[in-house]
Amino acid sequence: MTTPVLTVRNLAIDFLVGGDRVPAVHAVDFDLHAGEVLAIVGESGSGKSVTSLAVLGLLPGNARASGEILVDGQNVLGASEKVLSGIRGRKVSMIFQDPSNALDPVFTVGYQILEMLKRHRPQLTAAQRRERAVELLRMVELRDPEDRLDYYPHQLSGGQAQRVMIAMALACDPEVLIADEPTTALDVTVQREILDVLRRLQQRTAAAILLITHDMGVVADLADRVVVMRRGRVEETAPVQRIFGCPEAEYTKALLAAVPRLGAAHRASTAVPHERPVLEIADLVVEYRNRRGRAMRAVDGVSMDIRAGEMIALVGESGSGKSTIGKSALGLAPLTEGHIVIDGVDLATASRSQARALKKRIGVVFQNPTAALDPRRTIGQSIGEPIRVHERLRGGALSARVDRLLEAVELPASWAGRYPHELSGGQRQRIAIARAVSLEPMLLIADEPTSALDVSVQATVLELLRTIQGNLRFACLFISHDLAVVDELCDRVVVLHRGKIVEQGDRHTVLTAPEHPYTQRLLAAAPVPDPVEQARRRNESVAAL
Amino acid sequence: MTRYIGRRFIELAIVFIGVTFIIYAMVFTLPGDPIAALGGDRPLPENVQAQLRAEYHLDEPVWLQYLRYIGGLFTGDLGTTFDGRPVGDRMAARWPITITLALTAFAIEVVVGVILGLVSGLRNGGILDRTLLIGTILATSVPVFVLGVSAQLVFGLQLGWFPIAGAGAGWPTAYLLPATVIALFGLASVTRLMRGSVVDTLRSDFVRTLTAKGMPRRNVVGVHVMRNSVTPVLTFLAIDLGYLLGGTVVIEAIFNLPGIGALLFDAIRTHEGPTVVGVATALILIFLMTSVVVDLINSLLDPRIRHE
Repeated sequence: MTTPVLTVRNLAIDFLVGGDRVPAVHAVDFDLHAGEVLAIVGESGSGKSVTSLAVLGLLPGNARASGEILVDGQNVLGASEKVLSGIRGRKVSMIFQDPSNALDPVFTVGYQILEMLKRHRPQLTAAQRRERAVELLRMVELRDPEDRLDYYPHQLSGGQAQRVMIAMALACDPEVLIADEPTTALDVTVQREILDVLRRLQQRTAAAILLITHDMGVVADLADRVVVMRRGRVEETAPVQRIFGCPEAEYTKALLAAVPRLGAAHRASTAVPHERPVLEIADLVVEYRNRRGRAMRAVDGVSMDIRAGEMIALVGESGSGKSTIGKSALGLAPLTEGHIVIDGVDLATASRSQARALKKRIGVVFQNPTAALDPRRTIGQSIGEPIRVHERLRGGALSARVDRLLEAVELPASWAGRYPHELSGGQRQRIAIARAVSLEPMLLIADEPTSALDVSVQATVLELLRTIQGNLRFACLFISHDLAVVDELCDRVVVLHRGKIVEQGDRHTVLTAPEHPYTQRLLAAAPVPDPVEQARRRNESVAAL
Repeated sequence: MTRYIGRRFIELAIVFIGVTFIIYAMVFTLPGDPIAALGGDRPLPENVQAQLRAEYHLDEPVWLQYLRYIGGLFTGDLGTTFDGRPVGDRMAARWPITITLALTAFAIEVVVGVILGLVSGLRNGGILDRTLLIGTILATSVPVFVLGVSAQLVFGLQLGWFPIAGAGAGWPTAYLLPATVIALFGLASVTRLMRGSVVDTLRSDFVRTLTAKGMPRRNVVGVHVMRNSVTPVLTFLAIDLGYLLGGTVVIEAIFNLPGIGALLFDAIRTHEGPTVVGVATALILIFLMTSVVVDLINSLLDPRIRHE
């Protein structure tokens, strides 16, 4: 093999936190060769992002790194700003997770590409730089590249912004492109496009890609070799087929087992078909007005219902209106037309006291448990609040109920006095679930409850949700963008696109034999955690073009 | 853009009419009768008072008086004081002094505040940052008159660098000392605000992108961080300029500068309604104009405001 373009040897990084050295990365070794895609996979806290930041000398001031990171034979660690600026953007460049925040909002896209060319290619004339910028935008397959130069970042969609980031990163033909969760903040069909762009560019430019991700599907799609990291250490390094085919490390096996897969679940529907629906939505239209008074239709003529004990998935991409429907059921969105009937009561005509009585019987779990819990209240207080307010329980009776709820979400009752910041993300989401079911709701609305969690944590939270639903038999509206999760959990699936239902039906039918082209596109876009299958699917989609 | 400016001016007109009416109504419904007070200890004859009231339209309902007043404003007539002088002339003599004083103070505050804030933000948590924090808070905590008198004592009397009273020496000599005292008072807010803004901006993703692109620190801070950080500070400064123009009363008194603050103070003391309303109206107008100008500057600096 050729000499690697990037070599990492015995890398150790720790952070100074409150006077203590907290280790983040320990004894990490890997090589990256020209033309290769090396993926670093791991869950949060694995040290994968920190490792990638160290390569460009981007660690925060309280970090200390030792070992060697060689770019072109030059050690980056401890290098002067002068050496670093010769590497950054020139030999190694980087794209980040959240493209809409990664660009300076007050300068045009063109300015930001041109300033980089000006910095690294001072010999080019202004006209040549502009020409190069247009060429770069064309390379990342952005439409109307000339016009786009004058756009500001907020005028671009997430996918377009990420294309600009990639164009910028490739501006000076770097040897290494570091992609830190490049598609995590994007919709699945947009992710598909960005992954395709990355793949084509990589083949064309022969740049090596260091891909940082938590998504096994993305790994299977793009990577040649994989480094699996956990708690700052390398668990396993192997070619991608080996990682998926016969993983050696226990952790890799566990990680792969936790990834939800389409078609993996075999369950019978638990719904009781003859009961009256708990939630009935008929011809729902929700319109928002912008500042100029123009109406924007978020939800357009949606009808659906959920019965007791049933779990219905509402799937769609951002802007599809799925969260708005959840909000409408809670009475938090303007009801422009149509009806929402909960347990026989029409929300539009319900009296104040009726609405209040209904709210008591609806539980909600949101995506981000950190934001959903009051940081100044103990978790016991948070869980107990609905009971205190609605059932007016106090003292011993209240704490007994809280203890039971904590146990129901598989946390020790003795934790009632802890604060949210003492808990992990998954534990916080358990608290949010405990609070949502504290009044034994007839309807639970779960809006992307596991999207902010690691896969292994997600698996346990989903399991918990299913168990609790089995016990309490509430109707559940499960809002999600992840089809594999939906497949594991739900009975029926409703697919939304631009505010309209394009398809709804039994989980198995919709996910294995989708009728609507949009559903088919969604299913095809999600990368599967299997490199062989993913390669086959990619070839198919290329052939279909 | 034109639409944006148009909307801003309509908003401005509404606020202007609302606020001037409130002030007008308040001043003229204050207890105490200015006409009766004109005579001092010896009350004027009843028929003279009635004639004066009719002359100043004080016998009419407040809303009609107000309409007359607004009508006058559009023809450049700011009203007449109770001793028969045009309010416009009285103010004209005073404005230059106050405006010079306020703008000098404002310039000092902006330049020093933004620089100190930037330095503080870049040295977040360092010794320099903490020293500046303590320094600016100290400067704000000391009452203005103490600062003013101390400055007169040290720089005026002991060192003899500046005159201690009067506007006779002209700009900048006569204004530098009072302006600095005023600026010191507002400095803490500007510095803190700029500092916070810089710290936030430095933490944002795009700064990391710029570093990863290999842009030199000078460029990242000087171009990108500056332009992103200064928007919230500007909004504050617009409010502050209005405050400076109206709130220099104490300093004008200490340094014996015959500015608008002194005029306003006298007018309030003597129930000189037309003057109070005239000064207040002018202040509001300046205040509103500044906020529009700042909004326009902000929208030039930040395309997201422009495209809203």
